Amino acid sequence: MKNLLQKLLMPLAAAVLCTASLAADRIPVTASFSILGDLVRVVGGERVAVTTLVGPDEDAHTFEPKPGDAKNLLKSSLLVTNGLGFEPWAQKLARSAGYRGQTVVATQGVKARTLPLEKGHKHAETDPHAWQDPGNVAIYVRNIAAALTRLDPASAATFKSNSDAYVVELQALDAWAKAQFAAIAADKRKVITSHDAFGYFAAHYGIRFLALQGVSTDAEPSAKEVAQLIQQIQRDKIRAVFVENMNSPKLLAQLAKDAGVTAGASLYADALSGPDQPGSTYLKMMRHNVTQLALGMRQN
Amino acid sequence: MTHGIWNLLVAPFAEFAFMRRALVATLALSLSAAPLGVFLTLRRMSLLGDALSHAILPGVAIGFMLFGLSLTAMAVGGVVAGMLVAALAGLISRSTALKEDASLAAIYLVALALGVTLISGHGTQLDLLHILFGSALGVDTPGLLLVTTVASVSVLVLAAAYRGLVLESFDPVFLSASGKRGWGTGVWQQGFLMLVVINLVAGFQTLGTLMAVGLMMLPAVSARLWHDSLPAQLANASAQAMLAGYLGLLLSYHLDTPSGPTIIGCAGALYVASLLLAPGGWLPRVLGRTHRVA
Repeated sequence: MKNLLQKLLMPLAAAVLCTASLAADRIPVTASFSILGDLVRVVGGERVAVTTLVGPDEDAHTFEPKPGDAKNLLKSSLLVTNGLGFEPWAQKLARSAGYRGQTVVATQGVKARTLPLEKGHKHAETDPHAWQDPGNVAIYVRNIAAALTRLDPASAATFKSNSDAYVVELQALDAWAKAQFAAIAADKRKVITSHDAFGYFAAHYGIRFLALQGVSTDAEPSAKEVAQLIQQIQRDKIRAVFVENMNSPKLLAQLAKDAGVTAGASLYADALSGPDQPGSTYLKMMRHNVTQLALGMRQN
Repeated sequence: MTHGIWNLLVAPFAEFAFMRRALVATLALSLSAAPLGVFLTLRRMSLLGDALSHAILPGVAIGFMLFGLSLTAMAVGGVVAGMLVAALAGLISRSTALKEDASLAAIYLVALALGVTLISGHGTQLDLLHILFGSALGVDTPGLLLVTTVASVSVLVLAAAYRGLVLESFDPVFLSASGKRGWGTGVWQQGFLMLVVINLVAGFQTLGTLMAVGLMMLPAVSARLWHDSLPAQLANASAQAMLAGYLGLLLSYHLDTPSGPTIIGCAGALYVASLLLAPGGWLPRVLGRTHRVA
């Protein structure tokens, strides 16, 4: 009996020891959502152990923290959030969990866009989806590197070289995306999506996004909105209709059918995809989106 | 002039297929769900629809987890879960000291908790209501078929079982005394609850939770204020539900408001009007009293 117990417990003890020593080595970092998690992994490399609160394919707008999330947060020494009102639950979670580590807002220094005034909104709202512009992500990366350097000054050189290398990749991505869209006539650069997450992308690349719902995924559209969108699709002969990885595609698919177009592949807006899908890192996600959008708009 | 009226009342439906589908689905649901609501109020079970709507969740969730976004799988799961909860509540009330509403309250809460746990344990935190339940504007052809089939079946079954249901609602003792062996009150009760469940499930899948329960109960409650006789109440409830559906869609189109809440808002407005003006409402009573006093 005792033997059996020992046999059972040994690997467990070993596992505990193992993770403990790993945790001692690496800086435990919590990122609020999957895209930030990817960026922290890039900058921190071997020096960080990253957990994300809102995982791949999950919606940060409707996220509800679980006790396990609070536990993970307490173990980490850095919390990375997007800010600009993207994850209002993050501050609450940090406070209620009694989190004492550092917090960095990745969008610090980003020039925020305000959303166009919508019905029902009295004041203009800030658009939080700043990562849709690679130029902003360079600022994200610098902010993350600075925060990690404060926690682990000895690895400052690693963080700097990692982030510098990534910024070069971001610039390459940006140049490639611009080239893709430059091949499409300006009046054909129109796309329909299910939620208004591409404001920064649209402004940066000169594309018009017509969205079915408001910026948040929780609003139910009115019959008038749906009707206007169908009319617009038909009038402007828009063939580029896209759904996102975390929305219910039902309404938009039905709308596309009514207007006589087929919905294209899904775009990744607020969350990365799982590891086997085409949007598993930020760079892959952006390349996927640009490719799909260009493909769709060429049919306009 | 006629052109203006046409534009206001008919053009939205003539022009857009999604408006037509929403209207047909709403009208079909009005035809079957509102009379069921009248029977529910008769049996003092007005809140049953709400309770059952929560009880359906674990079934829909299991259907979603096993087969993905399949309308059939989620509908079958919902019906099975709803029926299980209703049958279990009936069984408990017959074999223990608990009344049916008390046991139902207990079981639907457990079922709701189970449903939420199942869904959040499944990983992705997609917006539950958006994924599992429809919106009036997103009704597709399979959804429309589901609602119309359920409505047709319900109306036929209601017609066939009408006498038994009425007797059972008003005088269960007489029915069980005069009925054949094995045709006790339990059978009527379970059959009736099954109709309620399939109507709710069809309504959820296509139109959303709010719509299904709202169209079932609000017109039924208002109809009771207008008529004493049951057939008149049934017809009135269906008519009010249809009117609310049509007006609600029209208002949602012209005023740019979300369609589901607008339709239920219209049913609510009809309820308030009934409260004031119907023979069983406030104004006739007040007027009647002053008349008698004077």
